[in-house]
Amino acid sequence: MNLVVPIKMVPDLVEELVIDASGARLDPDTVRLKLNELDEHAIEQAILLKEKGASQVVVVAPDIEGIDEVLFTAAAKGADRLIKLTGRWSYDVSNRALARVLANFIKTLRPELILTGVQAHNDLDGAVGPALAEHLGMAYVGYVSGVLITDGSARVRKEFPGGLIAEMRVQLPAVLGIQAAEKPPRYVPISKIRATMKTATIETFPAAELETIGAPVNVRLSPPETRERALMIEGDVNAVAARLVEIFKEHGVL
Amino acid sequence: MIVSPVTNPAFNDAFYASLQTPPNGERIRTCLQCGMCSGICPYGYLMDFPPGRMIAALRSEIFDRVLKTDTVWMCVSCYACTEVCPSGIPLTEKLMTRAKEEMILAGQIPAELQLAFENSQRYGNVLGQSPRKRADWIKGIQAHVPIFGKDKKAAEVLWYVGDYASYHPRSQMISRALARLLNALGVDFAILGPEESSDGDSQRLAGERGLFEMLAHKNAQALRKYKFKEIITTDPHAFNAFKNAYPTLGITFPVRHATQFLAERLEQLKPLLKNPVNGKVTFHDPCYLGRANNIYDEPRALLQAIPGVELVEMSHSGKTSLCCGGGGGGMWLDGFQWERARTRTSEWRIHEAVAVGATTLAVACPYEPPRFEDAIKTIRQASGMEVRDVVELLAESME
Repeated sequence: MNLVVPIKMVPDLVEELVIDASGARLDPDTVRLKLNELDEHAIEQAILLKEKGASQVVVVAPDIEGIDEVLFTAAAKGADRLIKLTGRWSYDVSNRALARVLANFIKTLRPELILTGVQAHNDLDGAVGPALAEHLGMAYVGYVSGVLITDGSARVRKEFPGGLIAEMRVQLPAVLGIQAAEKPPRYVPISKIRATMKTATIETFPAAELETIGAPVNVRLSPPETRERALMIEGDVNAVAARLVEIFKEHGVL
Repeated sequence: MIVSPVTNPAFNDAFYASLQTPPNGERIRTCLQCGMCSGICPYGYLMDFPPGRMIAALRSEIFDRVLKTDTVWMCVSCYACTEVCPSGIPLTEKLMTRAKEEMILAGQIPAELQLAFENSQRYGNVLGQSPRKRADWIKGIQAHVPIFGKDKKAAEVLWYVGDYASYHPRSQMISRALARLLNALGVDFAILGPEESSDGDSQRLAGERGLFEMLAHKNAQALRKYKFKEIITTDPHAFNAFKNAYPTLGITFPVRHATQFLAERLEQLKPLLKNPVNGKVTFHDPCYLGRANNIYDEPRALLQAIPGVELVEMSHSGKTSLCCGGGGGGMWLDGFQWERARTRTSEWRIHEAVAVGATTLAVACPYEPPRFEDAIKTIRQASGMEVRDVVELLAESME
């Protein structure tokens, strides 16, 4: 069973987001990238499947700042092949372009199952998974939080809103959009990552030309508007309580 | 407890051998099995294998049974066991820390702790805050806090601020207080600002040695860029890192805890301390200032210099001080330890402060004010008790 996990990097929201002079994108000099959280779950799910008998986990990523560390960490967790696709990548490449490039390359790997994060916080033009499945002519199931592989098919747990869970059987090969791995992504000690860096290799392949056909064009980005709405009520407890009651009455809550 | 069959005596022997390294590692062979370590451990009563029994397990070649229990994650690396051991066995530094390392290598790590490690690795601080905002605590304060690289390249003193004192809203108040004191004393100092990373010492004692080494080398690289005579810090964990742990990696810088640095300037400081701080003050010796580094007098000398202070001692003080629960990863195992203990050592400590009639609990570690202030909220008799770092009390007395 050959498992392929395409991953992508997204802006780290811990850092301040700065809009550049064009007003239409984040300033690339201030953006710090991190692995999309749900892709981390996809890696974990693939490793769990490997531990249950799948033969190989291949992680594929665009060659972008910070990706080497992410790939070596995946290897330390148990991934067998690390591949980065070289090209003119930017942090905000459209998912349509990304999915075309990934599909082009991944078909050469002849995967039986593709697992990828079901979404990312910067998915402006749809998630990667369904587009990838379309290009590869495979079935797609998203919002998956559990996978069991049986002869030629996968039994997957799909989450619906409201806590409804469906168990579905999917003919392989297929693409799964992972919502959560069956276990939280594991921790690998730094010493193990360092040891992996000495032994593992990252293979590089040229990416096909990025085609952004069909992708929306970003005209303007704006930070959320902030207004000072908070009111600090000073005074002793009784006065504060009385004022609170007044305010609730003014707004029709009481 | 279900005891599993022995599976790996080879692991047992390799682990036992790995403990018998200098300094003092070989002393583990002289364990008397007196049980003092297990008796004094604040959470020993919850451990299937408190330290003494861990050594018994090693001698019986059944140490893998220890690693099948939660034992080591109840250890707060408080040095209480090390302090009382009549054989001088480095229980905290070696036995407990190495056992935690083995747990992590085996993938057995509580989720809370994992997050702290991941944050340390990615952001250089356990709180998961932006490294670019490390010096944001100086915004809007009156005291001048120069930053190396930005404001100067050399200073007499490099103030290593540390994670909590940089980012935690309560602990930042300690940093602001020290900034005022250093300004008032005319000290030529600067901080590393965004170039500073977590000292990594608590991560090391929680079993992530590789992460500790990574952070230590990152700090060393930043420190070597600038000229200074010594490092000072309000954080005993950082102090311990620079004093005892970094030298094992060949990273040596002279370091003093802020209370040592200020006590040396007591005569210069005294005339500035004008406002009385009235009430009974009791001092909680932080584990990594006291037991781990034998600094007991300086914080007390500083407190006694404050007009109005009546210093009283709690039943556990000095070498027998009771841990706040934050060391050795305890800061990031709060939920895990609460589930097992249904109590916190910080709460026991507040009961002790209440018992001696203290109105203020003085501390000297940025981990402590948030822990003790939370504990006070849960103890009715402690209502109104204040928690202040020694440097905060000094700064308040200056106002």
